[in-house]
Amino acid sequence: MKQLNWAVAALAGLALTACGGNSDDPSTSEDSGDRILIDKDPYPSTYTPIESNPVVIRNATLLDGEGGLIENATLLIQDGNIAAFGTADEVEVPSDDDKLVQIDAAGKWVTPGIIDNHSHLGVYPSPSVSAHGDGNEISAPVTAEVWSEHGIWPQDPGFTRALAGGITSLQILPGSANLFGGRGVILKNVPGRTVQDMKFPGAPYTLKMACGENPKRVYGYGSGRWPGGAPYSRMGNMAGYRTAWAQAVEYKRKLDDYIENGGEPPARNLELETLVGVLEGDILVHMHCYRADEMAQIIDMSHEFGYHVSAFHHAVESYKIADLLAEEGTCSSMWADWWGFKMEAYDGVRENIPMVHAAGACAIVHSDSDIGIQRLNQEAAKALSDGRRVGLDISKAEAWTWLSLNPAKSLGIDDQTGSIAVGKDADIVIWDGDPFSTYTQAEQVFIDGAVMFDRNDPALQPVMDFELGQPGEGDAK
Amino acid sequence: MILKTLLTSSAALILTAGAALAQTVAITNAKAWTGTAQGTVENATIIMVDGEIAEIRTGASALPSGATVVDAEGNWVTPGIISPFSRTGIEEVAGEDSTNDVSAGSSPYSVALKAADSFNPAATPVAVTRLEGVTRIVVAPGTGSDIFAGKGFVADTSGTLDSILDDDAFVFIRMGEAGAGLAGGSRSAAWTRLRAALSDARTFPARYLSHDAGDALTRVDAQAFGRAARGQQLILVEAHRASDIVRIASFARQIPELNIAILGADEGWMVAEELAEAKVPVIIDPFQNLPASFEQLAATQENAARLIEAGVVTAFAHLGDDGHQARLVLQSAGNAVGNGVSHDDALAAITVAPAAIFGLEGLGSIAPGATADLVVWDGDPLEVMSAPTHIFIDGEAQSLESRQTRLRDRYLGLDNGDLPFAYRHTVPDSE
Repeated sequence: MKQLNWAVAALAGLALTACGGNSDDPSTSEDSGDRILIDKDPYPSTYTPIESNPVVIRNATLLDGEGGLIENATLLIQDGNIAAFGTADEVEVPSDDDKLVQIDAAGKWVTPGIIDNHSHLGVYPSPSVSAHGDGNEISAPVTAEVWSEHGIWPQDPGFTRALAGGITSLQILPGSANLFGGRGVILKNVPGRTVQDMKFPGAPYTLKMACGENPKRVYGYGSGRWPGGAPYSRMGNMAGYRTAWAQAVEYKRKLDDYIENGGEPPARNLELETLVGVLEGDILVHMHCYRADEMAQIIDMSHEFGYHVSAFHHAVESYKIADLLAEEGTCSSMWADWWGFKMEAYDGVRENIPMVHAAGACAIVHSDSDIGIQRLNQEAAKALSDGRRVGLDISKAEAWTWLSLNPAKSLGIDDQTGSIAVGKDADIVIWDGDPFSTYTQAEQVFIDGAVMFDRNDPALQPVMDFELGQPGEGDAK
Repeated sequence: MILKTLLTSSAALILTAGAALAQTVAITNAKAWTGTAQGTVENATIIMVDGEIAEIRTGASALPSGATVVDAEGNWVTPGIISPFSRTGIEEVAGEDSTNDVSAGSSPYSVALKAADSFNPAATPVAVTRLEGVTRIVVAPGTGSDIFAGKGFVADTSGTLDSILDDDAFVFIRMGEAGAGLAGGSRSAAWTRLRAALSDARTFPARYLSHDAGDALTRVDAQAFGRAARGQQLILVEAHRASDIVRIASFARQIPELNIAILGADEGWMVAEELAEAKVPVIIDPFQNLPASFEQLAATQENAARLIEAGVVTAFAHLGDDGHQARLVLQSAGNAVGNGVSHDDALAAITVAPAAIFGLEGLGSIAPGATADLVVWDGDPLEVMSAPTHIFIDGEAQSLESRQTRLRDRYLGLDNGDLPFAYRHTVPDSE
């Protein structure tokens, strides 16, 4: 169903010349007469939810992920979706379904699954041997033509550790060496033989961009082989982005002209196709940016060329401009307490996340780490408590928006997941206690209604190919 | 006046406090985790006199006259936390070489490199670390172009210029994959270099009277390695793979006078019996559960519980961004509890155990005569939502401010104030 929607969406928009020499068959075009349409989804999701029985979870403390908390809650899952939730007397549980799985969650908490919108699992997998470094195409500062999904190794054991930490969806981004690092991809955290088996059906593509120190270090200073090439400076960074956006605007004009008037189709340009996708609102921009002043410049640039920044990532100084970010509707994807490892991270404070939240801006807890992704709930807890100590009165229920609904919004998948709401995907976690406690662990993780991880059942703990036959196979991790 | 304007108010406070020794402080109504056979003492009063713990009593009773009283209100009080491995204070910003003194790949020396020479107590990570309850830091240099990184030191986190406790505390060596790379390309090369260096050091100075150099070490390095090579100083060895760990444990048994501890030990649980038998303690990162390399394939968060169960002296460190995040050792310990370690053992792994490994007498426990490093918490110290409310080092109350709290306070409330944010700062007293 979702895949069908995506296929329609993919064919409805941008027209381009088809790739390859023999694919100019006009029969492949859909709705523009003799125009040649590009397939915007050439590597489509083949994800299929695992078959599951209906489930009722009772007596839980439930955070709905939208700011609500329900004590002694009942949650009903049917057909992989959230069918109903509320207090016991509010939820009608089918009495005649002998397949209904009943779970007593007394003393336990139920939340939406955590969504990490900044991960490099698969592109920088474990083991981190040189052969596995597929996350940065550093051959040029602008590589908007590369797609992270083409570098993902689905056998990364890190996916399973993240699952045990309650991660149900995640965005895999290219690295931050480049001004334009390429497309990111959104996955359901379900082991697959192929990346396509993991792709979140219907999710938009994203574009990774990067501010600041990394591009000028990698290019201008050539990672030690100085002089490299542009950019050498933050000025060069801005010029590099603007040059590319200007080319994208021009390319879009040619494409629009072709759609309207026909004639010779513009030659395909994979780099500019991605940027045009941003200008048309189909591809969401996720930009690595630490410093407040740089974020403000990027916001102006987005206005200059007519696009929107979905989220700044790392955003260590968002607390300095939280009002501007609120006004702009741009999210900040943050660590609870990383700081100081480079100059642009020097002004990190422990209260960044709650300060952004308190200003009315969209706050997200992200990992950028195969270790951090395993306990993002603890990162939220640290930030929450630090905020409370300086008088930012935020509830645990509100804080959970940092872990699921806000990242879902930043990824354009909040209509399908990110909160406990009737009709949404049943991507949920049963925690063995309060998930804001260090000691609490994810007990069961459901994705589209199927139990994909069960801490008490080794048979429901995935082991990737790499770990088979190796020391520690199947051990508690 | 110009100097004073450069001082943050926290630095000014510390300088003032440093002058006021010889004082008595009583912490009352404490839930005191002692780290001793006394266990956890409810309703405890802890009396500190002149930087030492004088007494622990229970119940209400008369306090020494003139004592400063801190009411813990029933909350946890622990010994100051000891971070057993980090680079705190020897790098300000890791990515800026000019501020980063962790390693020296171009130096002709190795074992003799003392991290203490690089320590800056005023580095911003020191206060940031202190604020989370860490009162003592064990700091090791990084390796440059040799398996020998150099000498590590122990300091307190007061930020004062005399905060180094032992500037020549141990030798740090990397074996395993890292050592192989540093020694020329294989583990065999690393072991050969280690054996040759031990021989050089154990025959110093005789060998150097007849030869210009040793087999492995310069004259300066051989001299620096002497105490450790004779078992009079700790050798901390990084290794992860079970086979590497067993080889080190076996080496420790062959040369029993050596004092060896292992850093990392991600596969330590597989050889826990051998470690216990060889009496080799370990410092592990409880978070590590990924096959991050081929020498960590069996890494699991249950490593801590299994090592402790086998009787291995086990300390916890947070090894991610060790220049800035040594403070996260408390979160590491809490996660170890979530993965099978008792609360007592987890607290011991960041107090008692590192004190034992590094021979820090009087630190890591609350007992009469012990150093008065104490932390009062607003909750269970191993919970991520808890934080210190009072910190004492050598009996002196410590500032709870850091550059981070100053930045935070500047930007709390974005919409009030007529002047730009740069005018929000502490105005020094004019005298």
